[in-house]
Amino acid sequence: MSVASSTKPSSSSSPQPARAGDERLARVGIVARLLQRPELGALIGAVAVYILFATVDATPGHLFSSIAGMQNWTDAASTYGIMAVAVAMLMIGGEFDLSAGVMTGTCGLLLGMLITRDQLNVWLSIAIVLVFAAIIGTVNGILVVRTKLPSFIITLATFFVLRGVDVGVTRILTNTVRFDISDQAPGFASAQVIFGSTFYAPYNFQDAVLWWVGVTVIATWVLTQTTFGNWIYAVGGDANAARSVGVPVARTKIILFIGTAVSAALVGTMVALRFKGIQSGQGVGLEFFYIIAAVVGGCLLTGGYGSAIGASLGALIIGFAQIGIIFANWDSNWYYTFLGVILFLAVGVNTLVRRRAASSRR
Amino acid sequence: MSETNTSERDRVPLLEVRHVSKYFGSVIALRDISMRVGAGEVTCVLGDNGAGKSTLIKILSGVHQYDEGEMLLEGVPVHFSGPREARAAGISVVFQDLATVPLMSIWRNFFLGSEPTVGIGPARKLNTGFAKKVMREEMHKMGIDVRDPNQTVGTLSGGERQAVAIARAVYFGAKILILDEPTSALGVRQSGIVLKYVVQARERGLGVIFITHNPHHAFPVGDRFVLLNRGRLMGSYEKNETSLDELTKMMAGGEELERLSRELQKMSADAGLQEVARELVDESRQSAQGDIT
Repeated sequence: MSVASSTKPSSSSSPQPARAGDERLARVGIVARLLQRPELGALIGAVAVYILFATVDATPGHLFSSIAGMQNWTDAASTYGIMAVAVAMLMIGGEFDLSAGVMTGTCGLLLGMLITRDQLNVWLSIAIVLVFAAIIGTVNGILVVRTKLPSFIITLATFFVLRGVDVGVTRILTNTVRFDISDQAPGFASAQVIFGSTFYAPYNFQDAVLWWVGVTVIATWVLTQTTFGNWIYAVGGDANAARSVGVPVARTKIILFIGTAVSAALVGTMVALRFKGIQSGQGVGLEFFYIIAAVVGGCLLTGGYGSAIGASLGALIIGFAQIGIIFANWDSNWYYTFLGVILFLAVGVNTLVRRRAASSRR
Repeated sequence: MSETNTSERDRVPLLEVRHVSKYFGSVIALRDISMRVGAGEVTCVLGDNGAGKSTLIKILSGVHQYDEGEMLLEGVPVHFSGPREARAAGISVVFQDLATVPLMSIWRNFFLGSEPTVGIGPARKLNTGFAKKVMREEMHKMGIDVRDPNQTVGTLSGGERQAVAIARAVYFGAKILILDEPTSALGVRQSGIVLKYVVQARERGLGVIFITHNPHHAFPVGDRFVLLNRGRLMGSYEKNETSLDELTKMMAGGEELERLSRELQKMSADAGLQEVARELVDESRQSAQGDIT
């Protein structure tokens, strides 16, 4: 910095220079600090929903709050969680991806096609699927950035295109609505260990749970500890301000779209390898669950605010509800109503939080 | 501040434009404008809407290229091809509304686009401690004690937000600070705070170009006043050559203000309008006395 401090005596209006030891870094209370966190609402919600379903649990031996029950709800939550984290990052960056759900199906089906029809090695097929997903993500991103149309519309179009392709191509190639994957395919065994197997023996937790935790940790690191994370918050918070200080807005957004698409490829791979095949309708409609998880986790629909841990907690709540309603012997249709109410509450809380964060402290 | 600047301040200003003109097709946006700013000086550019203030900023900050005349940076002719080049040369613009991201913390805003990092490869991370420390130091130089660096910029007042943008520009090596209508959206008290920062930037040896349409804000802090009207230079004055009264009058303020206040008073069935009229009367009276400072 070239500017030396002024040699002139300061005028009466300028403040006195600080006393060196004057650290007015007042202790910000734990409570105040917690209230600043976007995931607080989701944490409280998760605890409340857990207590609710642990209480209404009608299974003998209170399965919901046992380790076996935990296996159940982590299984349900894991793939939602992986996607919700990616979708949350994109939402923080100010965009939506409605094609995220159907992409899991498209990628799983492509994997099935490469393994079953083209007899490719499973690992090679996974690599191809990841590249394919990255391309779709790039296309989504470039379309959004170039056309300046809302990503809601662009990815809705992608959603429908892919949905048609999924069913159409599967029909043409298999005459059915399903791609089977033979466990005799080269590389299948080793790939399944990584993507579609279980761990922690008597309980058999799904591999996807580990992926979920891993993705959440990495996303949290990226969002809070890296330059790119700073850019994500900035492009979602105020793209013009970000651009004016030199943040590559378009590139940041495109990378985020690639992120959701590649996450979808991971989830599609997990589903396909775990069930040794995949339905052509896989993933359709799930995009809303991802968005619910992200919003419940504290993401603002307008961008610029949210967290990966929050999105994971949101996915956990979905998992609780999905399993808890079954264990409680309720009609499973209430599941949707329940999620709707949770979403309402979350949006209400988020709006309050945002008002706190964005308005002046007087 | 280099030595040449302090000793020869009047002869070699930090930034000077001479007889600059800018055309957009057949439209004359600016015609024959000359102005300068030295280190430790505030040059105020005054003009009503459409006077050409923003075109002038855009030329100074490299967004537009001028068609005639010349621009000298520390005595050397320059022709910026874009805003990046101007910024690299030490010219920083603080836009009123583009300054900061409200939902992000102060320290993240401060270093946005130029984040300090530690570590290499995948372990490369933001140097959070350094960023917070520098931000607090720099804000302190502006006279703001940031107690919680994680506080979002949205919780700051309008004046303080401008301060963040100014402190950031200064920290990243700005020698010339262009403030685009920094007070126009602010209340009286907040405007006062921003003016304080203008003075502070000046005292730290920066050349400040302060764009405004409010002579009451310009006069107390300015060393030199450049008046624009419809793309032309209406006048250029040193502080001792003019007064607030004169400035206000020249900006089509004074007489029109009085007439306007009388008209408003006549139709003042409305209590709110009466209030406005009273304020206008006050203002025109103040400008008649010509001593705000």
